[in-house]
Parts: sequence; structure tokens; C-alpha cells
Amino acid sequence: MSDRTVHRSWGRLPTKGSSRIVNLNWRHDELPSDSLGQGGLLCHGNGRSYGDSCLNDEGTLLLTRGLDRIIDFDPATGLLECESGLLLQELLELMLPQGWFPPVVPGTQLITIGGAVANDIHGKNHHLASSFGSHIRSLELVRSDGSRLQCSPSEHAELFRATIGGLGLTGFISSVRLQLKSVSGGDIDQEMIPFSNLAEFFTANEDSEKRFEHTVAWVDCAAPASSLGRGILICGNHAEGESTRKARGRSLISVPFTPPISLVNGPSLRLFNELYRQKQTMGSRRTRIHHQPFFFPLDSVRNWNRIYGPRGFYQYQMVIPPESSEAAIGEILHQIKLSGTGSFLAVLKRFGNQEAPGLLSFCRPGTTLALDFPNRGERTTALLDRLDQITLDAGGAVYCAKDARMSGPSFRTYYPQWQELENLRDPAFSSNFWRRVTESPS
Amino acid sequence: MKKILIIGATSAIAEATARLYAEDGARLSLIARNPDRLEAVAADLRQRGAESVETFVLDANEFERHETVLNAADEAMNGIDFALIAHGTLPDQAECQSSAESTRREFDTNCTSTISMTTILANLLEPRGAGSIGVITSVAGDRGRASNYVYGAAKGAVTLFLGGLRNRLHGSGIHVLTIKPGFVDTPMTADFPKGPLWAKPESIARGIHKAQRRRRDVVHLPGFWLPIMLIIRSIPERIFKRLSL
Repeated sequence: MSDRTVHRSWGRLPTKGSSRIVNLNWRHDELPSDSLGQGGLLCHGNGRSYGDSCLNDEGTLLLTRGLDRIIDFDPATGLLECESGLLLQELLELMLPQGWFPPVVPGTQLITIGGAVANDIHGKNHHLASSFGSHIRSLELVRSDGSRLQCSPSEHAELFRATIGGLGLTGFISSVRLQLKSVSGGDIDQEMIPFSNLAEFFTANEDSEKRFEHTVAWVDCAAPASSLGRGILICGNHAEGESTRKARGRSLISVPFTPPISLVNGPSLRLFNELYRQKQTMGSRRTRIHHQPFFFPLDSVRNWNRIYGPRGFYQYQMVIPPESSEAAIGEILHQIKLSGTGSFLAVLKRFGNQEAPGLLSFCRPGTTLALDFPNRGERTTALLDRLDQITLDAGGAVYCAKDARMSGPSFRTYYPQWQELENLRDPAFSSNFWRRVTESPS
Repeated sequence: MKKILIIGATSAIAEATARLYAEDGARLSLIARNPDRLEAVAADLRQRGAESVETFVLDANEFERHETVLNAADEAMNGIDFALIAHGTLPDQAECQSSAESTRREFDTNCTSTISMTTILANLLEPRGAGSIGVITSVAGDRGRASNYVYGAAKGAVTLFLGGLRNRLHGSGIHVLTIKPGFVDTPMTADFPKGPLWAKPESIARGIHKAQRRRRDVVHLPGFWLPIMLIIRSIPERIFKRLSL
């Protein structure tokens, strides 16, 4: 009922392992039973996790994209129940014309709802809306013992909390009930605020958070040492009235093949960052734009992850607690500068102080920075180890959905509650990531 | 507003096609064997713009119920503008070779039941002088091949039957559409390694939607299968029998 295939995650780092592939098409079906003793099961949505949390070498990947049905929707309240393999893009196409928007969206709409739950994803509105899990009213969890559990804050509450941000390890999330947000159209009123250093960012951001639902900053990683920490704060609110702006359509541009070497290198990084800075600072500070370029700029280039060449890339995202945010992020930018490897895109965002909905949620009070690095072997991992040390010393954490290399001891320090998830994990479910960070010696 | 009947509505191609008609705001009657799956598909279509969706549980091999269920579906929508027959299985060729009983059963599922329902629908629509009947056969029905000749023979018989029916109904206002997909990536073909010739159910669905609108007679989906099948059909049998295709 399946073939073995090598699956890569979005970071396209080379892998040796292969997995048995089973497509899930019907949420009422039983899970494949021949799982135990064969490397275990793991659900795999649209494969947008960057590292190895969506991989299960020598085991079985249950592909969920066939589960893309709406189960119920109340256009009066915006309460949506859908199967877990529905893409955010498909949800938007169906719900935006009816005046409803996902409560939280990440930087791509090409992720499944199940993946959004399992990674408890966050967006530019975290300071107001918290993370995706905070908007889940209930979900159905199918366990390998055949049980089907309706989990919510009041039913199987422990499993509900463990499943949000639970990296798919508590079982198969078959369906999700999600509260959408009411909007009048698909446009965004955007405002750009340049800043010349991190201190300015924190001041400008604090002011913007009072005026804007969505805030995020781009940091110029290729800036000279004297201007380190400069960037642009990009803010937005859902615009009043119907959509007036057109999207560029589904991915007009595509990277058609993987170039033999990474196209992301010193000169191209400096050029890109300079062009980006000029484009953003030269245009009007205030504009009304379509929501797609505002929320999902990378989706306009299909297969953009191929530009990093056959060796792939590492994404690194950490969060630093408020009291040490400025110093630690300054130090991280400094270390990147010293290493000579810039990041193509560096994205900075302050999280709000809400209590995280998931047991292993990444979001916590503080400031998060997301970075991309082409895989240059040891040079890159050595830099990431240094960034890990800064994050550890500052009492921060690294985002599991993007990680491919953090050490077991680091993970267990970032997520001391991991043992609770281990206890609630479905014994038939596992992933490369989970084995890597929990089985390595301390 | 169109009235669409779909038999085998939980098949991947049928579901993808139903979504296109739902977006058009059509009324739908769906027939399928598994009630849970049927309800899942129906609920989804209701949210995708369908004016109404009725469901009828039927196993295609319950021949004695064909007439009753098709009449009920017709009444539920107060007429049929397009009936799409999409049910089917992919028989295990090795199993069929060793068992005449398996062969007969697969023929019932993939050919006799289809011909039975097509006959009932044709007689229902003919006096009304309007409506389309579309049936999913296969490029596999164009040539007998060792790897799947039971499936191919069943689909080929349906193709031939539809040719005759189209000829009979010419001038009556009833449109008969023969749909011949090539390789399609669906749960039915989950076991096959996929290559560049494979298409997604959504692309086949768009082809069906368009062919119905344009009242085409026979469509190969995707279209590149037409030249491929012209070549395959033209190979003399004395050479073809030696090939492993």
C-alpha cells in the first residue's frame, strides 16, 4: 500500500534515510496498523518544516494532504471545522470572500492546518492574538490504539495542550475546530518605519504595537559593523472596506531546478539586502496593499528553497526573554557579522506576554529573530552552536519546527517540560527530530 | 443553476469534479458506497458553494437497486443536467487471471454496473430531450495488455457501449461524453511509482468540466494521451503481442 521514498524537509539538507509513504484520504479510516516495530508513524502535511521534525527515516510518513475537506462552517460566528490537511491558502480562498480570515498566519500560506497546530505557529500579530493554538476550540486526535478523542480545553485537556505544539507526536490530528477572525476585505494598510539600530527598533516597535495588529521587522544582516541592527519595521492593519488590491496570482515565478551551488553568498546577500532596503525606504511609507505580499512574500517565488543549492540551508529562529533581548540579539548579529556568513532574510518580532496554549509551544515573552544560512558544513554549524550558547545564556529557546541540529541537552534546557510530552506521546509515533533531541546523552 | 448527479462520488476524480460544480453553485446528488466518506464529501461541497447536496448510499453491484436510487436522485434535484459515472476499482490482474469468479466480479463493478446505470439514465433523459451523460472509462480500454487486461477490457467495453449510445441518441438532444483519463495520482493508484505522465485528479476534473460545457464526444485527459494512444492503437497485433507495456 505504499512505496519508500526519500523525503526532504523545506531546508533540503541532505538526508540518507527513506520512509514508507502512506496517503491518508479519509478521516474515518483506521491508522495503518503495521506500524509498531517498523520505525513508527509520523503525519506529514505540506513539508514546510525546515528541519527534521517532519521526517521519520526508516518509519512511515502519513501524508495528510488528501484530508482537505471542510466539515462545518458557521458564517455567522466564523467557527470553522475542517480536516487537518487543508492548506491555509485553500482556507483563505474559501473563507475570505465570506469575510473571515485565519486568526494567525505565518510567513507562508502553504502549510496545513494540522501542521499549524502541531507547531503552534505564530504570526505578526502575536502581541495581540497569541499563537495559532489559542484559537483552536477542539480537535480530534486518532491514537494508534484505535481511540478517537475529541480534545478541547475541557475534554482530554492534557492531551489537547500536549497536541498544540506537540510536533505531531501525540497521534494523528484528523480534524480541527478553529475560530476565524472577521475582516471586511483582503487589503492591508501598511506602514514602514526605518530604524538605525536595535535600541530604536525596540522604541519604535513599542509604539507600533499600540497602533497595529501586525508588526514585524526586517534586519539588514549585510550592514557594515557601524550600522549593525538597522532595518525596517513593517506594520499593518486589516483595511476597512472590500478588497481593492489584486494579488499577483499563484506563484508566477519559480526556481525551476536546483543550481549546482548555493546562489546565496556574500556578494548576493549584500546586493539583496541593499536592494531590499532601498526598495522599502524609497517607496511611500504608508500604502494599502493586498494581504498576500504583506503576509506571504516568499510564496511569490515557488521552490525558493532551491536557491541554496544541493546542500540546502539551515533556518535558525530563537526567542530571547525581554530583559536580555537587546543585548543578546545584538550579540547574535555581531557573531553573524564576524562569521562572514550573512543571512538572506533576518526577521525580528516581539512576542506578547500571553500564556502559551501548548505544552511545548515556542512562543514566550521576549523577542524572536529568524535567520537563514546556506549549509556550508562545519562553518555553519559552528556558528549556530555559538548562537545556541548566546540563546542558552540569555534563557531563551530555539524553534523546533525550524531546527535540524540543536543538541539534546540544549533542547532539554529550552523545553524542560519535554518529559511530559514524552509521557503523552503516542507510543507508535516518532520523528527524526524527537529521536535526535531526546535520545542523545546529556 | 445546474443539476449534477455523480455516481462514485467519493472517487478522487469525482470529488475534484464535484468541487468545480459546487463553485458554480450547482445542485448535486451524490451516490457512493461508503456512507461516512459520502457524508464527508457532501458536507465539504455544501461549504464550497453548492446550492444543495443530496446523498444516496449504493454499492454499484446492487443491480436491483439501480433504478430506484437513480430515480430518487433525479427527483431530489427535480431533473438532471449532467450525470457523471465515475465509480470503479483497479482489479488485481494476477488475482483475476487465476480466478474466473474474480474476473466476473470486477467486470460487474467496472463494466456491467456502469452499462446498467447508463442505460437507465439514457432512458430517463431521452424523453426530456436535454442533458449530458459522462462516463469515466480509460486509455487502458484502447488496447489489451498483459498487465491489466481485465480492467482494460471492462473499460474498453464501456467505451464501445458509449459510442453506440451516442450514435443512438444523436439528434435527441442528449449529449454522451466518453472520458478517457491516462495515469492519475489517486488512492486507486497509490501503489504505483509516479512519473512525468501522471496527472492530478484536479487537472482531470477541469478537463471533464470543460468537455461537458463544450459538449465534446470523447476526451483524452490530459490531452497528450490522444497522440500517444493513436500510436499505440496503430501498432499491429503481431508486434504488440511481443511488447511489455
